[in-house]
Amino acid sequence: MIISSMAKNGAILAAFALVVTGLVATIDSLTADKIAQQEQLQLMSQLHEVLDPSTYDNDLTKDCVIITDPRLGPYSDQVIYRARKNNRPVALVVRHITPNGYSGDIKLLTAILSDGTIAGVRTTKHEETPGLGDKIEVKKSQWITTFESLTVQGEDDARWAVKKDGGQFDQFTGATITPRAVVGSVKSAVLFAKNEFDRIFSAPSEQCDEVSQ
Amino acid sequence: MSELNKLYKDGMWVNNPALVQLLGLCPLLAVTSTVTNALGLGLATLLVLIGSNVSVSIVRNWVPKDIRIPVFVMIIAGFVTIVQLLMNAYTFGLYQSLGIFIPLIVTNCAIIGRAEAYASKNPVHLSAFDGLMMGLGFMVVLVVLGAMREVIGQGTLFDNADLLLGPWAQSLRIEVFSFDNQFLLAILPPGAFLGLGLLIAAKNVIDAQIKSKQVAPPEAEKGPRARVTSLT
Repeated sequence: MIISSMAKNGAILAAFALVVTGLVATIDSLTADKIAQQEQLQLMSQLHEVLDPSTYDNDLTKDCVIITDPRLGPYSDQVIYRARKNNRPVALVVRHITPNGYSGDIKLLTAILSDGTIAGVRTTKHEETPGLGDKIEVKKSQWITTFESLTVQGEDDARWAVKKDGGQFDQFTGATITPRAVVGSVKSAVLFAKNEFDRIFSAPSEQCDEVSQ
Repeated sequence: MSELNKLYKDGMWVNNPALVQLLGLCPLLAVTSTVTNALGLGLATLLVLIGSNVSVSIVRNWVPKDIRIPVFVMIIAGFVTIVQLLMNAYTFGLYQSLGIFIPLIVTNCAIIGRAEAYASKNPVHLSAFDGLMMGLGFMVVLVVLGAMREVIGQGTLFDNADLLLGPWAQSLRIEVFSFDNQFLLAILPPGAFLGLGLLIAAKNVIDAQIKSKQVAPPEAEKGPRARVTSLT
């Protein structure tokens, strides 16, 4: 008696699971292309913000390498896009992460031209305090654009710090930790790109269709 | 007709999921920092609620009592996943700003509560209407709370509405007043608790006034009406 009701209930549950799974799978296959397209669009718009698309003529999303280096943050596998024009190196677009923010990791995207100057920096993800630390978002403040066309002379370049630490970058009222973390991370990413520029451009291209963040 | 009327009053006011049942507080408090986020999550919850109520009502006679909860949970999880996929495909920016709170609709007790308390005992059309009204009631509270926090916190209304409604909605943005620094208390989670508390207090004041104006009919001895999820 109890066995037969268990079998019956089990069969009903299984039938429901099949129907629901089938429905979800159908919707998934219908939306998969659109979602991939949206992610690609978002990646393109991020790249366009840091690097003027007229300066290169290759498809950045298909010309990239994956690098693990402590100068790009404490995590492995950061993506670097390589911009070329007529097959000559133009710029590197580097994803890097700093764990030194006020709350959680700050993910950044920095474009560095072949002469070592910065074409653009954007924050792609952060959890800093709204109203204080979130001025690193270009939507909230133009602060992040002050990096443009600057360069780093070397590891001991004293200008690469917030003003409170004797450098050239403004801190925010009530939030020094966040800009300090961003400045430090951009600085080491630029140094990395300057030192490894040729090596990265000669490396074979990899598949890096990671979900953009 | 009176059943529809009762469902309408229950969902929007008397048994409002957010103000009276106090269900689904986690998303309610977390995403109401702007009107756009609140409206997005409200619409998503509304769709899931109607879909799950209708499905539960359709299958109610075939599901044995012992396994109804796992079946309901499966139906709700399926609907949430579908809504999540659709939002990811068609409202990508909003999907990213709502983040984890879309999948968390599964855990919104208001949804399983309505499935269990109403849809599993009533015909399809009434269950659909109940889902619509409960969803609207939840959404209205979300939007009001979102508007309060957005105005007080950053002095705007409908900021980023284009993420939800398309490019034309950029012109909806209203700058009520502007200040250099945002008012953090309203934007951070404590502001959500305070705001919701004020809304509940306001509702209670209005209820008390309505009651005092009535010609006090001989009230049957009833317990205090708090957190009523069943209509019995």
